[in-house]
Amino acid sequence: MSTPPLLALRGIDKSFGSVQVLHKVDMSVYAGQVTALVGDNGAGKSTLVKCVAGIHSPDAGEIRFDDSAVSIASPKDAANLGIEVVYQDLALCDNLDIVQNMFLGRERRSRLVLDESTMEQMAAKTLDGLSVRTVNSLRQHVSSLSGGQRQTVAIAKAVLWNSRLVILDEPTAALGVAQTAQVLELVRRLADKGLAVVLISHNMNDVFAVSDRIAALYLGHMVAEVATADTSHTQVVELITSGRSGQLGQAADSDTASDYGLNGTAL
Amino acid sequence: MSAPTNASNERTSESTADPSEGGGFFRTVLSVLRRWFFGAIRRTRDWWSDTRRTLTEYVGSYWGRVRGGDIGSLPAITGLIVLCGVFSVLRPVFFSARNFANLTTQGAAVTLIAMGLVFVLLTNEIDLSAGFASGVCAAVLAIALTTFGLPWYVAVLAALVTGAAIGLALGVLVAKVKIPSFVVTLAAFLAFQGVVLMLLKEGTNISIRDHVVVSINNGYVPPLVGWGLAVLTVAGFAAAQLWQRRGRQSQGLEAEPLALVLLRVGGLAVLLGAAVFVLNLERSRNAVITSLKGMPYAVPLVAILLIVGTFVLRRTAFGRHLYAVGGNREAALRAGINVDRVKILAFVICSTMAAAGGIVAASEARSVDPNTGGSNVLLYAVGSAVIGGTSLFGGKGRVVNAVIGGTVVAVIINGMGLLGLSSGVKYVVTGSVLLLAAGVDALSRRRATATGNR
Repeated sequence: MSTPPLLALRGIDKSFGSVQVLHKVDMSVYAGQVTALVGDNGAGKSTLVKCVAGIHSPDAGEIRFDDSAVSIASPKDAANLGIEVVYQDLALCDNLDIVQNMFLGRERRSRLVLDESTMEQMAAKTLDGLSVRTVNSLRQHVSSLSGGQRQTVAIAKAVLWNSRLVILDEPTAALGVAQTAQVLELVRRLADKGLAVVLISHNMNDVFAVSDRIAALYLGHMVAEVATADTSHTQVVELITSGRSGQLGQAADSDTASDYGLNGTAL
Repeated sequence: MSAPTNASNERTSESTADPSEGGGFFRTVLSVLRRWFFGAIRRTRDWWSDTRRTLTEYVGSYWGRVRGGDIGSLPAITGLIVLCGVFSVLRPVFFSARNFANLTTQGAAVTLIAMGLVFVLLTNEIDLSAGFASGVCAAVLAIALTTFGLPWYVAVLAALVTGAAIGLALGVLVAKVKIPSFVVTLAAFLAFQGVVLMLLKEGTNISIRDHVVVSINNGYVPPLVGWGLAVLTVAGFAAAQLWQRRGRQSQGLEAEPLALVLLRVGGLAVLLGAAVFVLNLERSRNAVITSLKGMPYAVPLVAILLIVGTFVLRRTAFGRHLYAVGGNREAALRAGINVDRVKILAFVICSTMAAAGGIVAASEARSVDPNTGGSNVLLYAVGSAVIGGTSLFGGKGRVVNAVIGGTVVAVIINGMGLLGLSSGVKYVVTGSVLLLAAGVDALSRRRATATGNR
C-alpha cells in the first residue's frame, strides 16, 4: 500500500471497569477498499467500531484520519469527519418515509420551513448514484419495505452526507439470499466510488465475496490484517476461533501471545 | 372550446390570404388548422384520461392504505355522520342553527386541550394533568382579572405563561429525570386539583366580568367578517397547495394531479361555506329585540391554532422530530436529535394549549370554580384525540384528529343532553365510545404491522 490509510488506529486500549476489551489494537482502513472486520462474539468488534463512531472514547492510543491525529468525542465529531455507521438494527423510523428517514436530524430547510423538494431530489440522486432501483416511491413509509430495501435505505442514508468512511455492522445478518446479494453488490459499489468501507460480518461467504482486506480480532487483540486474496476460508476461521493460523496470528507475534497467556499453554 | 377558435382562425386566414397564391396555400392553411384542431381534441382527451388515471391511482392508493390499517380519521368521520343522523331523527332541534352554534362553543375547550395532547401523544407519552392544568390557568386568569384588576391581555398572558411553566416542569421530570409520564402527570393531576382549590380559597367561585374575556366564547364574529375569513382561508389554502405543487414540478418531481388539488380546495370551500352560512343564520327566538347571528369566536380561534399546529407538525424540523421520537426513539437519538428537548417542548405546547382551553372554558361559564377543567374534561380531551385517530402508541396523529374527535365528543354530549338521558347513561356511552376508539386504534395498528403499513 503506497497510499496512507484513510483511517489508522494505533494502539487502541479500551476497558470497561476491570474488563479490558481492546488491547493495543492497530487497524488500517484504505479508501476505495472494503475492509472486513471479523471476530467471534465478544472479540471487541462493536467496541472498536463505537470508538471510531464517537460513542466510546478509547483509554489509550491514537486515531488518525486522513493522516492526522483526531479526537472523536461524539457521533457528531464522527459525522463531521465523514464517518457514518450503519447499525445492525438499522435505526430507521417506521412511521416516516424514505426521504424523511434519510434526512432525519439533518433536514434541509429554507428559513423555517422544510425544503421537501430539495431533499427528495437529493435522495433520488443518491439512490440513483448507488444504482438502487428497487424502491418504487421515495414517499413510501419505511415500514412497507423489505429487509433488503431497508438496508439499502440505511446505507444510502450514510452515503448521502459526502461521507468518506462507511462502517456497516452485520448488514446481511437478517436477509435472504437474493437480498444479501443485492446489499453486497451495493457495498462493493461504495468502495468502487472511492469510499473506505468497513464491513463487520460473521458470514465468511460475504467476507470473501466483497472484501479486499480482512482484519481479525481475537479476544481484543488484532491478530491479523491480511489481503483477502492471500488468505483462505479456513485460515480466517482459524484466526477467528483460535487467534492463529500457521504463519498468521499470535504465533507470529510472541509479544501479544505472552501478554495474555491463553494461547499455547492451556489449549 | 376548440371549435369556435378554429372557425375564427379560419376566417382570419381567409381574409388575410393573398388571392394570387391560389388553392395550394388554402389547402396548407386548412391542413395546419385541421392538424391543430384534432391535436387539441386529442390533447384534451389525453389530459382527461391521464387525470382520470392518476385520480384513480390516488384513490386506489388511499384505499390501499386504509385497508392496510392506516385509517386516520375515517372511523371518526363515519361515526360523526351516523351520530348526527340519529340525533337529528330523534330530536329535530339537534339539526338547528342554534344548536350548531351551541355545539361549537361547548366543544371548544375540550378540543383545544385535545389539540395540545396530540403533541405529547405523538412522542409516545401521555399527559393526564392537562385537564386540571387548564383549571389552574383559568384560576390564574380569574384572579388576575378580579383580585389584581389587571387588563384582559395581561391576565390571558399570565394564564398562558402559567401553562407553559407547568409544561416545562412536567417535561423536565419526564425527559430528564426519566419518571414515566403516566406517573408524573397522574401526580400532577392530583396536585393541580389541590392548587385550584387553594387558588380559589377552598371552593369559592370567581365570576368573570371582563368584556373581552367573556366574549371569547360568548361573542360572535359579524356575519360579513365571517364570510371574509372563510374566503381568506380557502384562498390561502389554494395558494399554498398550488405553490407547493409548482415547486415540486419545477424541481422535476412527481406532483399531484391538478384535479386532486382542485377537488381538495373545492371540498374545503363547500365545508367552510356551509358552516359559515349556517352560523350566520338568525338564531334569536325574537329577532326584533336581539339579533343573534355569526360564528362564535371559538371557531376562528380553533381554526387558527389548527393551521399553526398543522404547519408545525408537517413543515418544520421540530414536527418531523416529534414523529421520529414517537416512531423510534433509538433511531432519533442516533440521528442526532435532541430527544429530551423535543419531549419537553411537546409538554410545553400541551400545557399551553390546556391553558388556552381553560381560558375558553372560563369565558364560556363566565366564572371559574374548583370544577373548571376537572371532572371528565381530561378524559374527554384524551378521548377526542384518540377518537379522531391519534395513536396512543406514539408516532401517528395530526392536529386535525383532535378537532374531528372533539366534534364527535361534543355531538355525543350535546345530543344525549337533548335526549334528556341521565348522567349515568351519558358516562357509560362516552366511556364506550372511547373504548371503541382505542380498540379501533389497537386493531388498525395490528393490521398495519401485519401488512407493513404502519
